Parts: sequence; structure tokens; C-alpha cells
Amino acid sequence: MQIDRRHVHNFDWLLLGLVLLASFIGVLTIFSATRPLTGTSHHSSFYIKQLAWMLVGLIGMGVVVKIDYRQFGRFAWIFYAIGLLLLVFVLGMGRMGLGAQRWINLGGISFQPSEIFRLAYIIMLARYLSFLKPPIGVRDFLKMLPLLALLPFGLLVKQPDLGTATTLGMVFLFLCIARGMSKKLITALLLFGLVSGPFLFDIIWHGFLKGYQRDRIVAFMDPEVDPAGIGYNISQSKIAIGSGMVLGKGYLQGTQGPLRFLPENHTDFIFSGFAEEWGLAGCLVLLAIYLAILLRALDTARQAKDDFGALLAMGLTFMFAFYFFFNIGMAMGMLPVVGIPLPFMSYGGTAVFSNYIAVGLLINVRLRRFELFY
Amino acid sequence: MSHDRNAVRISAAVIILAFLVAVLRLWQLQVIEGRDMRKASEGNRFRVIDIYAPRGIIYDRNGIPLVKNAPSFNVSVTPGMLKKGDLEDIAALLSLSPSDIEKKIQAAGGSLEPVTLKEGLGFDELAQVEARLSDFPALQVDMNIERDYIYKDVASHLIGYIGRLTAQEEEDPEYSDVPKGGSVGQWGIERLYDRQLRGVPGKKLIEVDATGREIKVVGEVPPKKGKDLTLALDINVQMAAEKKFSSSAGAFVAINPETGEILGFMSKPSFDPNAFVNGISSADWEKLADDKEHPMLDRVFQSQYPPGSTFKIITAIAALESGAIKPTDKLNGPATFLLGRHVFHDWKKGGHGMLDVEHAIIQSCDTFFYQVGLKTGIEEIAKYARAFGLGRKVKLGLGYEATGLVPDTAWKERVYKCAWYPGDTVSSSIGQSYVLVTPLQMARLVGAVGTGGKFMPRLSFVKLAPGQQPVLDPVGQPISSSTIDLVRTALQGVVNEADGTAYRSRSQLVSFSGKTGTAQTVNGGKRYDSWFVGYAPSDNPEIALAVMAEQTAEEGASAAAPVAKDVIEAYIKEKEGKLALGALLNGVSPEGALVNGTAKIINATAKTSRPLKGAAVNRMGTARPLERDTVRTGGMANANR
Repeated sequence: MQIDRRHVHNFDWLLLGLVLLASFIGVLTIFSATRPLTGTSHHSSFYIKQLAWMLVGLIGMGVVVKIDYRQFGRFAWIFYAIGLLLLVFVLGMGRMGLGAQRWINLGGISFQPSEIFRLAYIIMLARYLSFLKPPIGVRDFLKMLPLLALLPFGLLVKQPDLGTATTLGMVFLFLCIARGMSKKLITALLLFGLVSGPFLFDIIWHGFLKGYQRDRIVAFMDPEVDPAGIGYNISQSKIAIGSGMVLGKGYLQGTQGPLRFLPENHTDFIFSGFAEEWGLAGCLVLLAIYLAILLRALDTARQAKDDFGALLAMGLTFMFAFYFFFNIGMAMGMLPVVGIPLPFMSYGGTAVFSNYIAVGLLINVRLRRFELFY
Repeated sequence: MSHDRNAVRISAAVIILAFLVAVLRLWQLQVIEGRDMRKASEGNRFRVIDIYAPRGIIYDRNGIPLVKNAPSFNVSVTPGMLKKGDLEDIAALLSLSPSDIEKKIQAAGGSLEPVTLKEGLGFDELAQVEARLSDFPALQVDMNIERDYIYKDVASHLIGYIGRLTAQEEEDPEYSDVPKGGSVGQWGIERLYDRQLRGVPGKKLIEVDATGREIKVVGEVPPKKGKDLTLALDINVQMAAEKKFSSSAGAFVAINPETGEILGFMSKPSFDPNAFVNGISSADWEKLADDKEHPMLDRVFQSQYPPGSTFKIITAIAALESGAIKPTDKLNGPATFLLGRHVFHDWKKGGHGMLDVEHAIIQSCDTFFYQVGLKTGIEEIAKYARAFGLGRKVKLGLGYEATGLVPDTAWKERVYKCAWYPGDTVSSSIGQSYVLVTPLQMARLVGAVGTGGKFMPRLSFVKLAPGQQPVLDPVGQPISSSTIDLVRTALQGVVNEADGTAYRSRSQLVSFSGKTGTAQTVNGGKRYDSWFVGYAPSDNPEIALAVMAEQTAEEGASAAAPVAKDVIEAYIKEKEGKLALGALLNGVSPEGALVNGTAKIINATAKTSRPLKGAAVNRMGTARPLERDTVRTGGMANANR
């Protein structure tokens, strides 16, 4: 296989570097978060597994970069159909994990179909929107709704994977806005929101949400009501972050995680563990890295040479942005606890793989920005 | 692509704005609230654990432990760590109802602190809970050291019990070093000597994980064990009384009349102090509180009774000292005595014939003392009663005490607003009418008479240290030795003369002295309270006692005196055994030891000449050897026969 020299030159080394930086910070934090309480017991191998998944992700990224992103656009509907089927499959066969059916077991390796689905969804959405002539009218919007919104979000909520459903919902909305909406559509959406908001809330609250999900939202609204009950995670996460103060407790000096006051400290609450050990100073550096990743991805959208590439890059940027802000917002007690991992840092094989593929797509779009259409 | 360009620019602006919000939030948490958050995380991490200070052991005077510290296991739950369905399973495991557990958790308030669900687990329960501990991370088993009262209801009024710190005591600076939920003495000796017995709890700073599991010890202040306490109480003496006492209610108290040490202390009915240690159940408490016999009442000093004929000791002393009668004066003691139109009976149907004061005491002749009382007058009688501590609190320090009552004309005028009649004097002279005493007052009185009528020692719960001098209070009136000798001779006769009222309870082991009494009270129905007050040995008392049996329909001599006899014999036997053993250990030949040990008995049982002066016996009761061939044996000395 020959490597195009222009490809090496135009490859987005900056984005890859930033992502790898965030990933290694993640591995270090996982190492600290899962360290044993006493010298005698074994250090769990989460950080090694994470490194292994990063390697798998890098290989996947390489494959994705090699193929022109427009090929993905061309076969978007196939990916999307497979993604939907996986979601249906997990509903039937999924095994129980934290009260939610999100996993499929394939010969010893379990993976989360929703992590794969979100990529297929964004490719499909970008592809579909690229064919719509902006601005999007009310009729266009209504045409999209069943297959690109109601069906996938319904399946996700049913799992229930509220985190993915919410993020993809936001990506859907924001990508439509980015593509441009007609004034009629905007008015219609605002009116619909105002009128049906309360009903929708009621339907979602009582019809879709499970007891623990409602508890989480209540706990978010007022965590002090019961610090040890449902608001416990939020309180302990805030304590972890705040106790880092300006300079942090120092690497491997955090106590909230290893002493198990902070649950899920190597997955959903990894930011809290990082903030505890590195303080405000470390957090500012970390935030700068993520900000750079997001702005770089947006720049890719700006430079993309076709609408599909731009919408794909923007969709992926939105996805990363929402994952990032939902995650740290939850850790800082600003948003309700929905199980959303921090991209690149949280432990989790499928998520790492899926995020690296997404980065591969971004690099892909940037790589081919000067290429002519043949 | 202008739309996309705009969209990118706006998106970038929104993203940067969101980052600024995140930075502000971080600033708030880490800078503004940082210090508090750091404190909260330290508070999570560190826990100060109180280390139990072993409570001092209470021993009897011979070093026999009366209590021990036994481990007790409690199970508690951290509500914040309960998972769904745990509550029901835990309830089933502990055989509690889920609603009870919920109530306890609600009462405790916070959900991070463990809430005690059940205390004092049995071994079976403990094994069951331990086996399931890993299934319920919220559950934990703690060991507490609890008090075990080995002798249960024996001397429980004296020893008392410990119990959980009350809400009131938690405020009391006296208990400031006692950890919350700790136990302190709540009754009896346990309460009176709590400061000494309690010790000082230690503290341990530990790092814990979220489950409260100890990760490591950061610092430790070791506890100071409470000081042991050796009581004056003699458990053998006590057990002798407990065994022989047949009445359902009454009291027994024995003291050393020389030192004031309390050797025996019993109030019936009694209670088991073990029931209080872990907090008494309300059902058990109601049972105790509603019991018509009032088990919690300490009849040794909280109940007052008419002394009956035991009061004749005072009447006799008052009569002799005031010169109302002479020792040799003889009076007729008929079956009845007429005062005006009022008939006063003697307990003996045929009367006693002519007799002097000594024999009137021995036979407890009522009609003799009616006449003597009238001659002496109530004021003189009251004066001598008070001189021996009647009508006055003993001040034991164990809380409420009955004062007793020594009536006189002024008292009656003050309380009843009417004159003192001669009939009142007649009744009072045999310890009826208004006279009231506590068994403790009587034991002290008779002890003072036995030791020469000069002093009464301050009472002590604690065994005196070797060489420690007892505090002596002088008897309120000077009593001539001739009077005291006469009364002592008479009291010896009560037990040892064939016509004495306690002759059936005499001892082959030792000559003891005393006075019986039967007090009639009308309290819902007719009640006969049976008394015996006395001391032993007769010539040189080492133990003075009072036995009071409520509500026996029998005569006093047959209910209380046998208890006194058993107690005295137990005391003497133990002493002889100890002397023999002590001599053995000191390298003295066994024979010499036995001579030493039994000399007193020989002296005491050879009651041919009376009064015994105990010439061969020094005050401390260790006798000089008499001639070898006069050795008769008693108690442990049997071995040499």
C-alpha cells in the first residue's frame, strides 16, 4: 500500500496529537483512580486495557483515514441500517449493566452498539442534510423526523441510554440549525415547544423515564436534600473537584476515588478525579486541550470542500462538544447525572474505539480538503 | 457555503462561551468553595474512633470478681449504602420488621453515619450475620465491651448497673469524656464510683473508605483502663444471707462495727442488673415498675419500718442511764398491762413473772418495758435513740435515704397538733407507735452497742486499705460501761440462753448476740415484720447485722434470726479458713496455724462463763495460741482432727 506524500503533509497531526494527549492524561487518571487502597492488593488492569483499546482505535483510525470520506457518505444508509438493527438487537439480547441494556457480547468482548450507532447516525444525518437545499423548510423537517429522529431516539431511550439519546438529539437539532432553517420552521418549532412543552415533559417524565432516571434529575435539582441517597454522586463529585483547590492534591494523592467515596471515578466521573489531583491549574490545561480539539474540528468543517464534509465535521464536533460539556457539567453539579463518558479520557473500550474512528473521519475530511472531484 | 461559514463562527463562539462558563464553575468550586470542599473531603476520609477504656472490675473484699467485662456484638447499618431490597433482607436476617428499621434510620437523621439496629447479638445470630456481611456492604458488626454482673440479682442494689448515657448526662460536663452512646454507672456502686471505674477512653484517628472500612491508622491515643475497686462486701456472707432468706421482701445488711465496712447488703425482692446494660426493654421496665413488691426499692435504707422489740435495746439503755431503773431492779412481767382503761398485751400469754432488765431483754418481755418506758419517759428514750443515729440519715451517697422517725412530745405537737399521751410512750418503748427505722440504722446501732457504746464508724462500701484508720463518730450521749456491759450480756443471752427469744438460732461455732423483734403494722392488712439485729462474736464483735423480713405471719425470732445465724457462721468459717491458709503460706506449721485459726472459736464456743471477756483474744481477732490440747475444731480446722 502506497502512502500519498501529500496525505502525510496534509494529515492533521495537531488534532491527533491533542487527542493522544487527552487520552494519555486519561490513562494516567485511570491509573490513579483505580490504584489499590493498600500496598498489598493488585493494581487493577484498567489502564492497560485502555491503552490496548487506544491501539485498536488508532488502527481503526488509520483504516478510516485511508478511505475517502465521501465513500462513507455514499454508503451512509447501509451503516445507518446496520446501526438501527444493532439497537433493535441489543433491546432483545442486551445483557444487564447498571440497570440498562446497552451491551452486546461477541465472543468474550462486549461492546455498546449505541457507541457505534452514533457515528452511523451522524454520517447519515450529514449525508441527508447535504442533499437538502438550505434553508430547511417545515415540510423538509417533517419528512426527516420519523426516520432520523423518532425511530433512533425511541430505540435509544428504550434501552435506556438517555445520555446518547440526548446528545444525538442535540446534534440533530444543532446540525439542522447550522444547515439553516426557514423562518417558518423556526417559528413553528418555537411555537410547538411552547405549546407542547409541558405535555412533552409530562410524557417523557412519566412515560419514558425510569425511576432512577427521575431520581437523578431530582437529585440534580437539589443534591443537598439527601447527600447520601440519590444526590450522593453529585455531592461527592463536587467535593472531589473543589478539594483540588488551585494546585490540586498532587498526582496519586487523590482520596475521593480510591477510598470509593466517588463512584464510577474511572469512567463517568474521571474529570472529578483529575480535578482533585491537579486542581484548577490542571483543569485549565485540560480545558485548553479540549477547546483546541473542538476548535480544530470546527476549522475542519470550515475548510471542508463539500457540504457533506462540512456537515460531517460539524456534526462530529457537536457530538464531542456535547459529550464533553454534559460530562463535566454533570461532574461539576451543573447538569443532571446521565451516564455520559468524557471523550478520550473515560475508561471504556467501545467509546475509545468509536471516538478514534470519529477523529479519523475529521482527519479524513481535512486531509482531502484540497482534492478535486474526479 | 456562506451558511456553513457563519455556522462555524457561531458554533466556535458558543463553544468558547461554554468553556468560560465551565472555568467560572471551576473557579467557584476550587477557589471560592475550595477550602470547604477540602475540609469535606478530609471529613470523608478521616474518622475519629473512640477506643473503649476497659471499666474497672469490682471485687469483693477477698478479691472475688463481682462483675466482668464481656464482649457484646451489635449490628448497625449505614443507610446511604442500602441497595434496593436490602432492607427487607436485612430485616429478615435480624428478625426485625422493615418498618422498625426504617423508623430507626429516620430517627437517626443522617444517612452516612451507621445506625445501630440490634444490640447484644447471640452467638447463633452473630454467626448468621457474619456469614451474610459480604452480601450487604451497608451492614457492619461492632464489638462492644459490656458489663456482665456475674452474681445477677445478688447484692444488685449495692453494685448497681451501668447504662447508656442519658440525654441529660450528655449535657453534663462530668461525662464530657464519655463517647456518645457510651455507658456509665447509673445505680449503686457503679454510679457512686463511676469516675474511678470508668477510666479514660482512647481515641484513634483512622482513614476510612466510603464503606467506613478502616484503611489505616493515622494516630492513636491509648485508653486508660478504669481503676479496679475492692469492695468491703464479702460475697460469701452475702450468699449465706441470700440462701437462707425465705421471705419475698425484706432486707439484710452487715457491717464491720469497728471499721464501718459494709460486709453484706441485700434488699428483696431484687432485680438483675444485666437487664439494664444494653438499655432495658420497656416491657421489662414496666414489669419492674409495676411490681407491687417494688424490686427497685432499696429496703436497706430507703424503707422505714417500726423496729418492734429490737428497740428495747434503746429503751433499756435510756432507762439505765437516766436512773429510772437499776440493773438489779425486778419488776413483774404479766400477760397484760393496764394503763387507765387501755389494755397493753405481752406477746407471751402466761406472762414472764418477776424479772430484771437483763432477763426482760432476753425474754423480750413487753409488759416489763411498758412500765420501764413510762418510768423513763419518751424524752429520755428519744435522746438515746438519737444518740445511736436513729431519726437521722446515714448519708451513704446512694441517693434517696429514709430518715426514720424518733417521736417525742414536741414532734407530736408539731405534726399531729395534739398532746403526747402516756400510751404513746408505752407503745414506743417496745418500738411501736410512731418509731421508724431503716435496717441500716439498726445494724449500725447494734454494732455500736456491741463495740462498747462509744462510737459509730463512718460506713464504707470500699474495703479499707491495710493500716487505714476508719472515721469514727462518737455516740451522741456518754454511756456508762456498766450499762453497755449489761445490755451486751443480755443480747448474748437472747441467743444463747435457753429462755432467749433467738435460742433456736444459736450457733455451735460461735457465740453471737442480738435482739429479735416483731413489728406489727397495719398496711392494707395485718403485717408482721420480723427483725433480728445482732453481732458476732459476742465478746468482740467483728460483724454487726440487721435482718428484716416483711410480712411474715410468724414470730420474728423464727424468720430473721436463722438468716443471721447462717451469715455469722459463714463469716466465721471463712475467717478461720483464711487464717489457716494465711499461716500456711507464711511458713507456719499447719498445727500452729490451726491453733491460731481456731483459738477464737474455742473461746467463743466455751460459753460456760458469761460475760466473756475474751482475755486471750486481741481486738483484731487473731488469737494467741491457747493450750494445744484444748483445741476444738470448727470450720476448715476439721482437717487436723
